[in-house]
Amino acid sequence: MTAIDPAAGPSTSAQVWRERLAGLAQTYGAAVVLVVLLVVGSIAFPAFPTASNLANIATQSSFLLIVGVGMTFVILTGGIDLSVGSQYALGGVLAAYGSAWGLGGGLLLPLVVCVVIGLVQGAIVAYGGLAPFIVTLAGLLGVRGLVLALTGGGSSTPLVTDPALSALGQGGVAGLRWPVFIALAAVLVGSVLLLRSRGGQAVLAVGGSESASVLMGLPVARVKLTVYTVSGVCAGLAGALTAAYTSSGVPTVGVGLELSAISAVVIGGTLLVGGRGNLVGTTAGVLLLTVIQNLINQVGSLTSSVQAVVSGGFLAVVVILQTVLARTQRL
Amino acid sequence: MTTTSFRADAADPAAGAGPVADAPVLRADHVTKRFGGVTALDDVTFSVAAGESMALMGENGAGKSTLIKVLTGVYRPDDGRILLGGQPAVFARPLDAQRAGVSTIYQEVNLIPLMSVAQNIYLGREPRGRLGLIDARRMQSDARELLSAYGIAVDVRRPLRSCALGVQQMVALARAVSINARIVIMDEPTSSLEAREVETLFRVIRMLRDQGIAIVYVSHRMDEIFEVCESVTVLRDGRVVHVGPVQGMTRGELVSLMLGRSIDAVRREGATAFRSGHTSDAPAVLEATGLSRKHEIADVDLRVRPGEVVGLGGLLGSGRSETLKAIAGVTAVDAGTVTVSGAPVRGGSVSAAIRAGIVMLPEDRKAEGIVPNLSVRDNIVLAALPRLSRAGFTSTAKQDAVVDVFMKRLHIKASSPDQPVAELSGGNQQKVMIARWLAMSPRVLLLDEPTRGIDVGAKAEVQALIDELASEGLAIVLVSSEIEEVVEGSGRVVVLREGSVQTELTGIHVDEASLLAALAGTEVPE
Repeated sequence: MTAIDPAAGPSTSAQVWRERLAGLAQTYGAAVVLVVLLVVGSIAFPAFPTASNLANIATQSSFLLIVGVGMTFVILTGGIDLSVGSQYALGGVLAAYGSAWGLGGGLLLPLVVCVVIGLVQGAIVAYGGLAPFIVTLAGLLGVRGLVLALTGGGSSTPLVTDPALSALGQGGVAGLRWPVFIALAAVLVGSVLLLRSRGGQAVLAVGGSESASVLMGLPVARVKLTVYTVSGVCAGLAGALTAAYTSSGVPTVGVGLELSAISAVVIGGTLLVGGRGNLVGTTAGVLLLTVIQNLINQVGSLTSSVQAVVSGGFLAVVVILQTVLARTQRL
Repeated sequence: MTTTSFRADAADPAAGAGPVADAPVLRADHVTKRFGGVTALDDVTFSVAAGESMALMGENGAGKSTLIKVLTGVYRPDDGRILLGGQPAVFARPLDAQRAGVSTIYQEVNLIPLMSVAQNIYLGREPRGRLGLIDARRMQSDARELLSAYGIAVDVRRPLRSCALGVQQMVALARAVSINARIVIMDEPTSSLEAREVETLFRVIRMLRDQGIAIVYVSHRMDEIFEVCESVTVLRDGRVVHVGPVQGMTRGELVSLMLGRSIDAVRREGATAFRSGHTSDAPAVLEATGLSRKHEIADVDLRVRPGEVVGLGGLLGSGRSETLKAIAGVTAVDAGTVTVSGAPVRGGSVSAAIRAGIVMLPEDRKAEGIVPNLSVRDNIVLAALPRLSRAGFTSTAKQDAVVDVFMKRLHIKASSPDQPVAELSGGNQQKVMIARWLAMSPRVLLLDEPTRGIDVGAKAEVQALIDELASEGLAIVLVSSEIEEVVEGSGRVVVLREGSVQTELTGIHVDEASLLAALAGTEVPE
């Protein structure tokens, strides 16, 4: 039997190693940079490594991380969801209104509405074949309008009236608040689904090659419908938890949140064209964004405009690096 | 010669070499498919039995790919029906055909490059263990077992894209077969494989055949047909012209069936407007030496003298167009040089080739040549604009002069130079293309299928024009699928086969019989 030698691939072994290394850098690069930043920050600013500051970073990250989990699934299929910022605000406002019926009402109302919004967007993308960018841009504008309509043009801020819901946002254990644990649970469940379920594998396949997925008989449309729904649920949940944390549904929150979420996902090594990425990377990406912001605050003298410039510059560097790494791997 | 009968009975002698062939497992029954006014398939009956490997052959445009698309649910037949295991079957989309057991292996692998070998084989039907989660370990061992049954040892955890193309092809095959495919259709599966990989593929094909799987094998490579197929169906102009066993057939017979010209019946009057083959004794203006490009051409030499028309003979996929593209700098070569009057031309650069005086008329004039919405004038001067302008400003007067000269000289029939090219006939479009390159005052003209898709009258005019250009001293290389065009238009024919120069026909040997024999790879009949 003339077995085909696996080494007889299209590349030499040096190339293979270079590609493998680039792949590792892409997957774990964000985590490494995060660790470096934590160490440097700890040395430079004595106020940085305190338990309270780190717990604060964790809480701030948790909301964006939940949104990022949903966004990762969408981007893995090769799509994008621009409506998450608006859905996040809607989730908060609806949680505040819903808290009139207790904890259940405060959580169910935003989740159900965001499921519906996600389903509608997903259906238009999956079955209508429209570009996700446009569909979710319409969602961004439309849902924000809905939020404003619900709050008298954004002038009123509904308050969370149920103490149990407030406790869900503000309480916690071991110095960490509940949203942190919920976010970690979302990462864990999402990772298991992505790597160990048929649906998760189908998400990777659709992003890897949509036409091949169709020919392989995968339910491509259903996969797309599902990821936009998951993204909606995540955004709604994050919004509800934010409302619980601040005891109010602020209608103006989450403007530009979709861009932070997309940045975090990309920084975490997920390819914008889809097909490859993971939630651990997204977690590192979210933490990186929050830590950078926190460190800039430590300097104290820098204004928020400087902060934006630094974040923007950092993102540009990361995207360039990711592109270089992707090219090295000939993706 | 035209045996339009088809094989259907168990008692078919064709199956003698292989295992017992049953009733046809897949059959296209009197299928007709039209696209607009063009009939792509005309009353075609095609069938393949379990455990049979059937070759499907025909030149470009014979209807092979249309037939495959009908069989796999990409197209619906306008007339006739598809029978699967004797039962009428309607495939609304490719997935339906796949579920019914008809799998297709395409030229390009249709899998997910970023995912692992094992994941690709089991996507959508991964083995599951506790909690309904994928049992990755079992999936990998299953995949390893499946592949090793075909003699393929590969780390199934590797991403597919890091595997050799041959392995990828085999993974696609393993996936198809493990989904209980009863019929596997392979569309030129070897076109990008190395010789060793082809060998492995053939072994797998024979194993599948022995397992009772029906195989439809499409390829232009004659050797492969004789090696892995026991029956052959030949299509020509959308009709079945021959069905029968491969055993006992000669290459020559197959080629003449595909081209529709028998070797005996070629002694007849010329059907083209070429007056005579052009030869010349002047020193060669174009010299291409050792042109090689992976998977396409290997060590091709070509010399053309001024005033000479050299035909490039060869079946589809023999490297005709690839050779022209390499000379014209459209594609980069791995090895080899091109010189014009002794001066080397930088490879892989169209502008370098044009500066050296080499221009090419591409095969697909719609996609690669004309700009349909621009006027006749603009199309003609497009390539020559840099010469007709000063400091970036174009000179209308110079343009008009050039356009006027060529419209008259080439007899381009247009209401005015401002008429959009899209409104012209195919023949006149082709003349506009030729005019565009003549405006560059070339020394070497490469023509790829110059008369394809234009009507008879225009064809004769284009042929006469080629004649005239050669007598004016242009060196011309002519590629055509029409055998009489090559034979009657060229003074010399270089015959390519599977990317290499097979032979060269000169003088009195430039005739159809010799060319047919050379195409088939057999000796020239005396």
